[in-house]
This record gives sequence, structure tokens and C-alpha cells, in this order.
Amino acid sequence: MSLFSLFGALEVGLIFSLVALGVFISFRLLRFPDLTVDGSFPLGGAVCAVLIANGMDPFLATIIATLAGALAGMVTAVLNVHLKIMDLLASILMMIALYSINLRIMGRPNIPLIMEPTMFSILQPQWLADYIARPLILVMVVIAAKLLLDAYFTTRQGLAIRATGSNPRMSRSQGVNTGAMVILGMAISNALVGLAGAMFVQTQGGADISMGIGTIVIGLAAVIIGESILPARRIFYLTLAVVIGAVIYRFFIALALNSDFIGLQAQDLNLITAVLVVIALVIPLIKQRLTRRRHV
Amino acid sequence: MLSAQNLKITFNPGTPIETKALQGLSLEIPTGQFVTVIGTNGAGKSTFLNAVSGDLPVDSGAILIDGDDVTRLPVWSRATRVARVFQDPMAGTCEDLTIEENMALAQQRGQRRGLRRAVRVDMRDEFRAHLATLGLGLEDRLTDRIGLLSGGQRQAVSLLMAALQPSRILLLDEHTAALDPRTADFVLQLTARIVAEKQLTTMMVTHSMRQALDIGDRTVMLHQGQVVLDVAGDERKGLDVPDLLHMFEKVRGEKLADDALLLG
Ligand SMILES: Nc1ncnc2c1ncn2[C@@H]1O[C@H](COP(=O)(O)OP(=O)(O)OP(=O)(O)O)[C@@H](O)[C@H]1O
Ligand SMILES: [Mg+2]
Repeated sequence: MSLFSLFGALEVGLIFSLVALGVFISFRLLRFPDLTVDGSFPLGGAVCAVLIANGMDPFLATIIATLAGALAGMVTAVLNVHLKIMDLLASILMMIALYSINLRIMGRPNIPLIMEPTMFSILQPQWLADYIARPLILVMVVIAAKLLLDAYFTTRQGLAIRATGSNPRMSRSQGVNTGAMVILGMAISNALVGLAGAMFVQTQGGADISMGIGTIVIGLAAVIIGESILPARRIFYLTLAVVIGAVIYRFFIALALNSDFIGLQAQDLNLITAVLVVIALVIPLIKQRLTRRRHV
Repeated sequence: MLSAQNLKITFNPGTPIETKALQGLSLEIPTGQFVTVIGTNGAGKSTFLNAVSGDLPVDSGAILIDGDDVTRLPVWSRATRVARVFQDPMAGTCEDLTIEENMALAQQRGQRRGLRRAVRVDMRDEFRAHLATLGLGLEDRLTDRIGLLSGGQRQAVSLLMAALQPSRILLLDEHTAALDPRTADFVLQLTARIVAEKQLTTMMVTHSMRQALDIGDRTVMLHQGQVVLDVAGDERKGLDVPDLLHMFEKVRGEKLADDALLLG
């Protein structure tokens, strides 16, 4: 693998570690199986691309894209909490609704950003090659997001969100407004995914309507890989595992795609991901069975 | 003071499995009184406690706490006035959170859950002091996941948690039923101590007639969703388990299977 594709993998891995952090919050902390992600990732991308293409400051565009993601997560949560629609179904509804919404926002299937200024083109120092500068900037964004989340989940509010996911009935009896906590948690989760979408279009040269397909599986894969590499309990290590999982996952993919003898191509990505997730899920099962056999 | 007025709850109304769980239940409990609640399986004890906590909405009737009508309030907003310990030791704590996080969650009951740190150093000292009163050595395990504790230990911590914040009503639904006899006894003594210390208005459901008479100030028997027996003071002091069974028969005018009530 060339240095160039190595940095490329790192770059995309870091972007998807934001998705993975979001998926970690919904699936693990809130225990809310949320597929909104497949829509909120391109939503963040679409909003950011359109705003930049219309001359808005890339930083402001990124912030608005993040808020758009948060809004999408809130709608899914409200469908579930207040309209009593099953969690998974609510998120699927939101996901397909977002496909239409994203097309509306973009107005056409893709928006190129090659000639426009981006967060990265502005922050990149002259003396540094862009393929090195981009992952460097992303590392800082991801570390900041991770540390902010760590701090947040040790606050009273963050604790209430974690308690809601762990034992909603008990949380209510301790005075936690669990409905509000689900909405808040889902907003934070999808805000991160929207932010990832905004980063993605700014590094990949534009937005495409189909860029969200499989986002949730990639996010889940990252979470699961992270958890099996670094099993942890404390929030600091949990989020660290998730970030590392996303980067490692991306290196696997790059390796698979770059090895000619395997003969895999870009369109096989979702299949590889699905297989990876299955493997990561099955390994603990096999381990369990092996240890049990040993004890019998 | 707790005042339940003519509470009615029907499950699956209009279907073949319709169950009238509460049929016009009324009960007044003055502040600081400790009431034990008995009754056969299906009498409506849990349903009544769930109605008071807000876990179950009532079809009709009213629930007043210190004169405020809370009938329509959701569970979480009633939590400032009502604390409870569940029968299942797993139900009353968050197993993924540490002991100190669980206690912090309970300590902030009724307070704004903002961006202040959930667990601060001064709280740890307080939690340690509370846990030390249990004599279970839990004061050295603040950062252990509570899922690692035994059922009895978790139930003891649940009780502490229920009393961390001043509340007006304490609800205990067979909270010792899942414990072995020795641990059950320990949790029961702890209950009596905490209730006395904090002067809590308490309802404790139990299947042990002995417990029902020995603990607390007043005993109430439910049957088919109504109060059928209500004894306190000298009348209660003079009672023994056989008397209680006899009185129950007299009130309902029907024979009662002793074993159903004598469990425990
Ligand atoms: N969620 C529910 N759906 C349908 N029926 C219910 C439900 N909860 C309770 N019931 C019925 O309501 C009646 C009262 O039940 P409840 O749980 O209050 O009894 P209990 O006095 O607590 O009994 P036990 O001593 O067995 O705990 C029972 O007939 C029960 O089957
Ligand atoms: Mg019951």
C-alpha cells in the first residue's frame, strides 16, 4: 500500500470515527437501534456542500450541517418517544424521508466542491501537502469531539442519558425525564454524523446523493471492532476504542481493495463491511463456546 | 400525606381477559406513617403501588400527595415526592453504571440535570459514609459497576438511594422477596431504620403476615382491588397471624387458602 493510500485510509477512517461515535451513543448508550445515520450523513454533506457552493463560509456551513444532523436525530426520537412508533421503524422512516429531503436540498444528484474553499483548504499550511494536512486537521477535530463527549457523559445530564439507556424504568423513578434524554441523545448522535458528512464532502471534492448508503453498517462495524480490540467500561476508553475501531476498519478496507490478488473493487465495500461485522459478532460467540467446552 | 381516592384500573377492558385490578380503592395515610400492605396474589397490591408512583395511569379516581393532585403527573415528575424500591434487585439500579454513579443519579432526584459534574469529590465522602452504615464493605467499592454486586447488596443500595433525597412517600413492593432469609432480614431491619430516621410515609407490600404485623404502624389488606381490612394502634398490637386470617374470612365471608398468605 502506498503512502498516499495510507493517508487516504487514515483520512476516511477519521471521518467515520465521528460516525462511529454517533452510532456508539445511539446503539450502545441509549440502546436505540438508529438507522437515521444513513440519511443524516448525506444530509450533513448536502447542507454543507450547498451552502459552500452558494458562497457561505465553510466553517459556518459545517456548523449548520451539524445542526441539521441533530435535527434529523431529534425527529426520529420524537417519532419514537411521543408518537410511540417502534424505534427501528421510526429511524427507517426518517432515513427514507431524508433521501427525498437531501435531493431537495441539493437540487441535483451531485454538487462538486473542487473549486470552492473548504475548511481544509483554509486551514492547510502552504508548506504541507494536502493529503497529509487533511488527516492532521481531522485528528484534531476527532480528538476534540472525543474529549468533549467524555466530559459531557460525566456531567449530570450525560449520566442521565446513560442511565436512560441502561434502565429507563429506574431512571424515571429517579426523576429523569427519559423521553427528553432520548431526544437529546439522538440529537447529539446524529449531530456527530452530520458533522462527519460535512467533513466528507469537503475532503472528497463534493456531495453525492448516494454517499450515505451503508453508513450505519460502517459505523456499527467500527464500534464492534473497537470493542473487541479494546474491551472497556469507562467512557474515556469506550470512545477511544470506537475511534480506533473506525480507523482500523478503514485500513482493512484499503488493504482489501489494494491487494490485486484478492480482486475486490470499490463496489464490494458494503459486502466486505457486512462480512467484517458478522465476523466480529461471531468471534465472541465462538470464544464463549470454546471456553464452555473446556469447562465441561 | 398520601390520599388515594376511589382509584379504578381495568386491564384489557371489553375483552375476555378483562381484569378489574383496582375497584374503587381509597386509602388515607398520614405523614410519617408506615403501612404494611397484604393480600392474596392478584389482589391489586402492585397495581396500587404503580398507580401511586405513576407507572400505571388510573382510569378514574385521584391521588393526592400533601394535598397536591398528582394523578396526571408522569413518573419522573412525581419522583420528587415518591421514592421506590422494586421487588427485582436488578430493576432498581443501573447495572452498567458504577455504585457512585447510581448514587449520584439518586442524589440528584428532583434537581436540574445540567452540565455540572455528576460525581464530585465531596459527594464521594458522603456516599462512603452512607454505604459504611450498611456494614457490607461497599464503601471501598464506589467505582465498581453495580452489576457486580449480589442481589441483596443491590437491594440495600437501592434503599439507601431511595432515601438520599427527601421524599414524602416511600413505596416498597416485596422488596425482600428475591433475597435469602438472612439477607431479607437485614434489608428489612435497614428499611425500618431508614424509615424511622427520615420519617418517611411508607407503604410496604409483603406476603409475610408476621412481618406485616411486626413492622410499621398500620396494616392494610387488599382484596379484589379494594381495602378490606385496616388495623392500627392497640387493635393491631393485640393481633396475631391467626387473628388476621380470621378477620379476613369474616370481612370477605369466604374461606381463604392459608398457604397463599402464609408464604414467607
Ligand atoms: N399489565 C397487566 N396487564 C393485564 N393484567 C394485569 C397487569 N398487571 C396486573 N394485572 C392483573 O391485575 C390483577 C392485580 O395484579 P397485581 O399485580 O396488582 O397483584 P398483586 O396483589 O401485586 O399480586 P402478587 O401478590 O402476586 O404480586 C391481577 O389479576 C393481574 O393479573
Ligand atoms: Mg405484586
